[in-house]
Amino acid sequence: MSGETFDVLIIGGGIVGAACALEAVRSGLKVCVCEKGVIGAGATAAGMGHLVVMDDSEAQFALTSRSLQLWRDLADSLPVSAEYQVSGTLWVGADDEEMAEVGRKRSFYESRNVRVEVLDPRQLSEAEPHLRSGLAGGLLVPDDAVVYSPVVAKFLIDRANDAGAVLREGVTVSAIHPHGALFVDGTTVSAGVVVNATGSWSPGLTPGIPVQRRKGHLAITDRYPGFVNHQLIELGYLKNAHAVTSDSVAFNVQPRQTGQVLIGSSRQFGVDDPAIEAPMLKWMLERAVEYMPDLTGLKIIRTWTGFRAATPDSLPLIGPVEVEDGRLWLATGHEGLGITTSLGTAELLVDQILGRQSQIPTAPYFPDRSLREDIHHG
Amino acid sequence: MAEKVTILIDGTVHEVECGTTVAAAVLNAGRSLFRRSVTGAGRGPLCGMGICYECRVEIDGVLHSRSCLVPCRSGMEVRTDG
Amino acid sequence: MAERLMGDSVESDICIIGAGPAGLSAAVAALERASSVTVVDENVHPGGQIWRHDQIKGENPELRVLMNRLPRERVNLISSATVIAAPAKGRLIAETPHGATPISYQRLILATGARERFLPFPGWTLQNVTGVGGLQALVKGGLKIADQRIVIAGSGPLLLAVAAYLKQVGARVVLIAEQAPRRRLIRFGLSLFSNPARLGQALTLKRQLSGIPYLTDCYPVAADGEDKVRRVILQQGAKIWQVECDYFACSFHLLPNLELASLLNCGIEAGRVVVDNSQRTSEPDIYSAGEATGVGGLELSILEGRIAGYMASGNLPGAARLFRRRDRARRFARLLDQTFASTAVLRELPSDQTIVCRCEDVALGSLREHRSWKAAKLQSRCGMGPCQGRICGPAVEMLLGWQPDSVRPPALAARLDTLLLTAELAEGQNTQEWSKE
Ligand SMILES: Cc1cc2nc3c(=O)[nH]c(=O)nc-3n(C[C@H](O)[C@H](O)[C@H](O)COP(=O)(O)OP(=O)(O)OC[C@H]3O[C@@H](n4cnc5c(N)ncnc54)[C@H](O)[C@@H]3O)c2cc1C
Ligand SMILES: Cc1cc2nc3c(=O)[nH]c(=O)nc-3n(C[C@H](O)[C@H](O)[C@H](O)COP(=O)(O)OP(=O)(O)OC[C@H]3O[C@@H](n4cnc5c(N)ncnc54)[C@H](O)[C@@H]3O)c2cc1C
Ligand code: FES
Repeated sequence: MSGETFDVLIIGGGIVGAACALEAVRSGLKVCVCEKGVIGAGATAAGMGHLVVMDDSEAQFALTSRSLQLWRDLADSLPVSAEYQVSGTLWVGADDEEMAEVGRKRSFYESRNVRVEVLDPRQLSEAEPHLRSGLAGGLLVPDDAVVYSPVVAKFLIDRANDAGAVLREGVTVSAIHPHGALFVDGTTVSAGVVVNATGSWSPGLTPGIPVQRRKGHLAITDRYPGFVNHQLIELGYLKNAHAVTSDSVAFNVQPRQTGQVLIGSSRQFGVDDPAIEAPMLKWMLERAVEYMPDLTGLKIIRTWTGFRAATPDSLPLIGPVEVEDGRLWLATGHEGLGITTSLGTAELLVDQILGRQSQIPTAPYFPDRSLREDIHHG
Repeated sequence: MAEKVTILIDGTVHEVECGTTVAAAVLNAGRSLFRRSVTGAGRGPLCGMGICYECRVEIDGVLHSRSCLVPCRSGMEVRTDG
Repeated sequence: MAERLMGDSVESDICIIGAGPAGLSAAVAALERASSVTVVDENVHPGGQIWRHDQIKGENPELRVLMNRLPRERVNLISSATVIAAPAKGRLIAETPHGATPISYQRLILATGARERFLPFPGWTLQNVTGVGGLQALVKGGLKIADQRIVIAGSGPLLLAVAAYLKQVGARVVLIAEQAPRRRLIRFGLSLFSNPARLGQALTLKRQLSGIPYLTDCYPVAADGEDKVRRVILQQGAKIWQVECDYFACSFHLLPNLELASLLNCGIEAGRVVVDNSQRTSEPDIYSAGEATGVGGLELSILEGRIAGYMASGNLPGAARLFRRRDRARRFARLLDQTFASTAVLRELPSDQTIVCRCEDVALGSLREHRSWKAAKLQSRCGMGPCQGRICGPAVEMLLGWQPDSVRPPALAARLDTLLLTAELAEGQNTQEWSKE
């Protein structure tokens, strides 16, 4: 393969790299994708696969809602094992303060044509009988969905492969430059455009980009069909998740199509060790049980951790960065939303490569936007 | 003659000898389907010793109980997928 | 022995996991010096596999002898308790029907025994297709088997022991099909002459089995029936035929249970816990005995158990006395492995449609598409169900040559509240203690 030249070389076979590869090859480009390990085994395998429209900022809304549209377009062609399921998101409000947030969210979404439904306490407990009593209410976003991401990543890669993209699996890229990449086995690949889509590993190949690892813990149960019906997230989550410098947990429970219950989630900066950390796991499970006491009796069959690629403003880095002898392209920094935004990312990236007009403004995700450097902490 | 206990298997009363495992009691009741697999196939005990999880049934409301490890107790309610 | 089922905490100097021949022998030996021991077992009754509580025949006499040497006030037997995690050094968590029990120990003996090895063939997921020891366990648990027609197949001495047992309790054992080649079995049979006790056992067994055909080089190619098995299709050389039955018991020799050893970071090689001459594992203060260290039959399990019990209680002379006998018994273990090793033809049994992972219903064909166990697991969920790959793992290893990966807590599926307790006890611990990845 040494010496071969491609239009686009994508480093990283997670869901982002996979989506970019398919979009590029469909747009007529000659594509090569490289993955050091197994397709979809990075953050893509660790994540929860919640496809969610978010409202933290206009840019986040634009990318997530465009992506959800693309997911709906893709849904019919996904294999059954991708477990795409429109389970809706149910934001759970514990108190009046959080119900005020429900009101704010509702008007945000409604004014942008996203269907929502406000639930009072009775409707909330009808929708989710295992939630504790005494909660204040909730906001249902019925069109959000859930997916099993590693299967989607593999599906996208296989489609790209079928359409002519070349896949190099099992070889690590040791360095990239604007015209290609060098592999640990000494081989090289040349390309007009080189895309770093290595998620939380991306600063390793492109030093200096504002991406930090943010660790998360998860646990999954045996199959209990009907125990949970919607993707549930506490609204206190917003108070916690924005705290860039401290550890946090949130009640974040997801029904899998298999009947399994996926329990999240924790967020930590400054940890590189993937080992399960007892205090975090305990804190996370306790938070889940606080909202859903009946979880205590369910059987957990596995626990694991994963790393999100976080940026200071919680928006991904999509587009070129200038380096000494040219431009490198980035598709990284998707934090806790990269499954959702993978499809939108691929569209934005290839639009930029080909100079096409995009469906949504691209500037908010340019890697050279001014980023506050407040990501560093003690 | 061993002491007897009465249990319910899918709503039907069965008298079993004290000490019998739930798995044996279900089989003795003429049922070989314990659980439905994820694609809907009927399955029954394989290992008899707690390893395979094929003998899972609901026991007194607890889902996914390994029936080969649990002795019958008086008044126990067992539900299979059969 | 004091039976207990509570969820409160247990402190012990010497803790033994497994109340089979190895674990109980360790307890007896340890009590010569130690004032008390704790024994934990997943089963309701002590005895392990071979001395499993028997609804029909009652308590095994050998077990009774051992149990009589375990005074209740000195032995804390925790039954119906599955050890699922090791949150910190010297700490274990067992899950019982009544809650999670934290156990602390100074010295630990892993006597977790073995399980049967299952290999997939078309129809192996039908109802009433069971393990060989599996069917015996069900019968001991009260399954009425009288007059039922039973075909026994697979590999290992267990086939014969179980056939004899089932015949004794009134079942109609139609035939025994042993996959191992005849020449290996002849060599094995001849070796018994060097051990009169074993030869005696073998001859007794032979008498008990009179009238039951024992076919070698013979293996099942399929089980057939609607939902329940009705007949087994067997092959021996070029001959293929079918046999009607009510139960089909099939397994291919035994495999050590390694989950706990792996969780505790004990060295494992060739599918066994590695131990030194004194039954010490690679981890300080952790011993292992019995089939966990390699499948070698009852005598070896007892000897290893006694050595581990002596060692854990600081009785070196007691242990050293037994080394030679143990080593001799171990040679027999190696012979067992060689004799009953699976022949290559067994790899051809499953078709692409045959289920390999029974928890997640993953067929062999959909595994073949992948390059590694990791990729296959991610894409197909093979090994991701509640049995945690304990049934499909060894099959995948044999069929595709993929090595299973490491054990993460919980080692076995556990209730969320058990996990919470585990995490609580692990707090403040180095994360590596809790999870080795
Ligand atoms: C706990 C947790 C929960 C989450 N929940 C959600 C959720 O509910 N919804 C959602 O939308 N998102 C969620 N996410 C985020 C989501 O998982 C990620 O944003 C997404 O998977 C990122 O995909 P990626 O392709 O960029 O990264 P990855 O999947 O990590 O892929 C990067 C790939 O690059 C490869 N690679 C790295 N270095 C090299 C090299 N030098 N050479 C070759 N290959 C290399 C890696 O092996 C890897 O496969 C969650 C994340 C975590 C950790
Ligand atoms: C299914 C089966 C049937 C057998 N039947 C016969 C027979 O009929 N005749 C014969 O000669 N040999 C038989 N054997 C072989 C026999 O097991 C050995 O010769 C001998 O009993 C091994 O003794 P042991 O103490 O090493 O293990 P075992 O007797 O297997 O005892 C191990 C014990 O550890 C417990 N355990 C394991 N993990 C945990 C955990 N995490 N938490 C709590 N408890 C745990 C198990 O429940 C078990 O009771 C059989 C083996 C198996 C697997
Ligand atoms: S029969 Fe295997 S776990 Fe019960």
